[in-house]
Amino acid sequence: MNLSSRFFTLVCLLFAVLSPPEAVMRSAMAMGKLPSFASSIDRVQPKLVKIYGAGGFRGLEAYQSGFLISSEGHVLTVWSYVLDTDAPTVTLNDGRRFDAEILGVDPWLEIAILKIDEENLPFFQLSQSLEADVGTRVLAFSNLFSVATGDEPTSVQRGVVSAVPYLKARKGVFQTQFNGRVYVTDALTNNPGAAGGALTTIDGTLLGMLGKELRNRQDNTWLNYALPIAALRDATAAIIAGEPQRPREEVAIPVRHPVDLTGLGVVLVPDVIDSTPPYIDSVRDISSAAEAGLRKDDLILFVGDTLVQSIKDVKSRCEKFERGQLLPLLIRRGEELVTIELRTLPPGEAIR
Amino acid sequence: MNRPILMWNVGIWLLVAATEVLSAEVPAAVLGAQAARVAVVAAASDSTLAVFGPDGGGGGSGVIISPDGYALTNFHVTAPSGAAMKCGMNDGKLYDAVLVGVDPTGDVALIKLFGRDDFPAATLGDSDKVRAGDWVYVIGNPFLLATDFVPSVSYGIISGVHRYQYPAGTLLEYTDCLQTDAAINPGNSGGPLFDGRGTLIGINGRGSFEKRGRVNVGVGYAISINQIKNFLGYLRSGRIVDHATLGAVVASDEEGRVVVSDILENSDAYRRGLRLDDEVVKLAGRPIRSVNALKNVLGTLPRLWRVPLVYRRDGEMYEVLVRLGGVHGAGELAEKISGKPGAPPRRPDGRRPKKDQKTPPPKHPNKSIDKLKKAPAVVKQHYEQKKGFANYYFNRRHIQRLADAVRRGWDPHEQKDSWVLTGDIQSDVGEGPMRIVLGPKVGSAELPFYQGRADFTDELSEVLDPPATGGLLLALHLWQRLFLGGVDDFGKVEYIGTVPLHGHAHQVDLLIGMHAGVEVHFMFDPDSGQLLALEMFPDDGVDPCEIYFGDYREVDGLSLPHRFEVLYAMRRYGVFRISSFAFKEAEKE
Repeated sequence: MNLSSRFFTLVCLLFAVLSPPEAVMRSAMAMGKLPSFASSIDRVQPKLVKIYGAGGFRGLEAYQSGFLISSEGHVLTVWSYVLDTDAPTVTLNDGRRFDAEILGVDPWLEIAILKIDEENLPFFQLSQSLEADVGTRVLAFSNLFSVATGDEPTSVQRGVVSAVPYLKARKGVFQTQFNGRVYVTDALTNNPGAAGGALTTIDGTLLGMLGKELRNRQDNTWLNYALPIAALRDATAAIIAGEPQRPREEVAIPVRHPVDLTGLGVVLVPDVIDSTPPYIDSVRDISSAAEAGLRKDDLILFVGDTLVQSIKDVKSRCEKFERGQLLPLLIRRGEELVTIELRTLPPGEAIR
Repeated sequence: MNRPILMWNVGIWLLVAATEVLSAEVPAAVLGAQAARVAVVAAASDSTLAVFGPDGGGGGSGVIISPDGYALTNFHVTAPSGAAMKCGMNDGKLYDAVLVGVDPTGDVALIKLFGRDDFPAATLGDSDKVRAGDWVYVIGNPFLLATDFVPSVSYGIISGVHRYQYPAGTLLEYTDCLQTDAAINPGNSGGPLFDGRGTLIGINGRGSFEKRGRVNVGVGYAISINQIKNFLGYLRSGRIVDHATLGAVVASDEEGRVVVSDILENSDAYRRGLRLDDEVVKLAGRPIRSVNALKNVLGTLPRLWRVPLVYRRDGEMYEVLVRLGGVHGAGELAEKISGKPGAPPRRPDGRRPKKDQKTPPPKHPNKSIDKLKKAPAVVKQHYEQKKGFANYYFNRRHIQRLADAVRRGWDPHEQKDSWVLTGDIQSDVGEGPMRIVLGPKVGSAELPFYQGRADFTDELSEVLDPPATGGLLLALHLWQRLFLGGVDDFGKVEYIGTVPLHGHAHQVDLLIGMHAGVEVHFMFDPDSGQLLALEMFPDDGVDPCEIYFGDYREVDGLSLPHRFEVLYAMRRYGVFRISSFAFKEAEKE
């Protein structure tokens, strides 16, 4: 591909992105009208499915949501007790019902792929999903409360991505296997039956899959979140290819704004040998490091949950953390072990 | 320059700078959309009500739909209040209101406010045009926050349309409703759902609340305004109105078709040919693709409406008009709703409001009489209690209106109770001259293919002459009876509301009269008061004799129809053209 054709493609892509509904929306808003999401929704609904299986007692609903990810009837959904049945039922948007085969599950991501025997179906191309930032406007599609049956379309909610934090499995708080970044939304998606639904941009491009119901048992709050598609892509491909599943250390989507310790006021000793122990040489005054209580001569043992044995280790671990959250560090200070939570700066905030 | 002035200057400069930054950062389109929202909310808030019980207790929302003060709310909001209530408006003023009609199944109540003839009314939209993804506003009084009655606004999109929600408890069934993610909380009940332009598209009334307690979880439901439009004429009648049933049960078969799985043999649908295993294709013009879809369509229709039904058998389609029955038996609804107060809305923390918040649950929920003793005079003037009615005052007023129209020009002192109608008849069987004599006790007809008489002193349900008319002479006798004795002497009379009439673009007034066990449905033009049609049911579970009146002309100062089209069991018996009416005193027997 030569340069000019690349440029042409880029221009076309830009048009595709900026033309309806964005452009329509802008012009409609300029006239003081409030544009509807109806046409985006009409494009997405045929890809959504309703899933029925086990449950139906003691607050365990026997239904959840899912969406088609191939024209041959592969359905991505959450792995839950609803699938504890030989053949869960999948109802398409047009009302057709199928007995589905459970093709495979990924227990670490808590996702499952179902397969129905049908062809030429509308579907989401996982490779063309987008990644969302804080502030991205989103639509959430799911069959919450099993409101829709037969050929009735799923429910749609609107909102924005409020945060893209790490969701960590912590016993007694949020009990989930998923260990990575998630899209937290202000749309109230965390309802019975919503898990497995689709989170899209307002023009209907896939961003994520609505996660299972998650309640913080300490403060009784419910988390409205979706798993980024980027974190599910490999596992999904592996299940469809019939490859065995194994735990993945990193399932998070790429970090865009990695933490930089120097910027937070930590000066490590000069990295002179292959595995220089990560001692702190000095701490800048009026910095996050000083605020968190780091001191000269502290030795960093853990960044997050990972043991670090060299300055190189520290740097590579820090690059796995997105800026804007607390960075847990375990420090050896003399004979003492100290836990420090370092406040990292959100992207865009000036380094002090 | 002294210091204060310097500070002022700096302050103004800062203000200017801030404004510039604002306008530089916020695109005009966004500001335009915001201004549009502000304008819509301002107008929509004017028609929104905070609804309270007569002593200020209870609480919910409502919306005004006419300048003379008719307003909609939920049945479950008015249920604890009895007949009188108070409504707070956006202007901070409190108005007295009276209950007009209720639809307990659909959870709708019509009330009337007093004190103005220029109430700001919402414009009723078309909820069938609403699509998932459209922006909406929920306006009302959630958690009874507005002590100055200025309503709260929440904003969101339509999450789904034509939703069916199973009955909660015994009665409330939300059919064909709108689902929204705009926050609907306790206290929003009965309040308006507006579209992006501020047109009324629904009445908020329900949410999916489960393990999260009774607060919004992004799943609220509104009764569609199109359903309410169907019922509005009924609600204005002061009655406790009932929803429709087809008299048949349907199920999805393996191919997903909606087929009849059970049917009542005395239902009109059965008489029109609907049988077990027939596929229901369309009802009231709407396609039926699921069991919920049929429930949705039926839920939007009032009892006694006659609507087109399309069904399929062995690949062949049949289109018929069916008369819909009631979901509840006579008096059943009135019994069900008595003594079952709705609970006052809970607070955000899930607890019931405390007594010191002046929202105690009413002690005698439906003892309207007790409450009315303390009610304002204007409410007392507009309320009449009668068993089976929400407020008989309004029913009586409608009956009076139609009675006046019927007897316009008629001198009740003249004893001309023997009528002779002459003219001709055209029918498939034959045509030729005809003569009908209607006396107080006997009627007779001379047609080219029938000569006979009917004795009105016999058991009326057996007076069905001429054959294949369903009792034309009896029907004409009862039509004459309405003229001679007026509504007062007819028998038991009830105004039902407005119903569609085949061949008429607008709905017509329906008055039902009972005389000696025979039920007559009189249908009037709502503007002129002219009688357009009557249906005479000699017995339960049989087809009526239907007469459609036309060609009204003046005779001796009376406006009388000169064209009678007679139908029975969907077949046309014939068209009578009257060339002369003669009135005389009946011969003494």
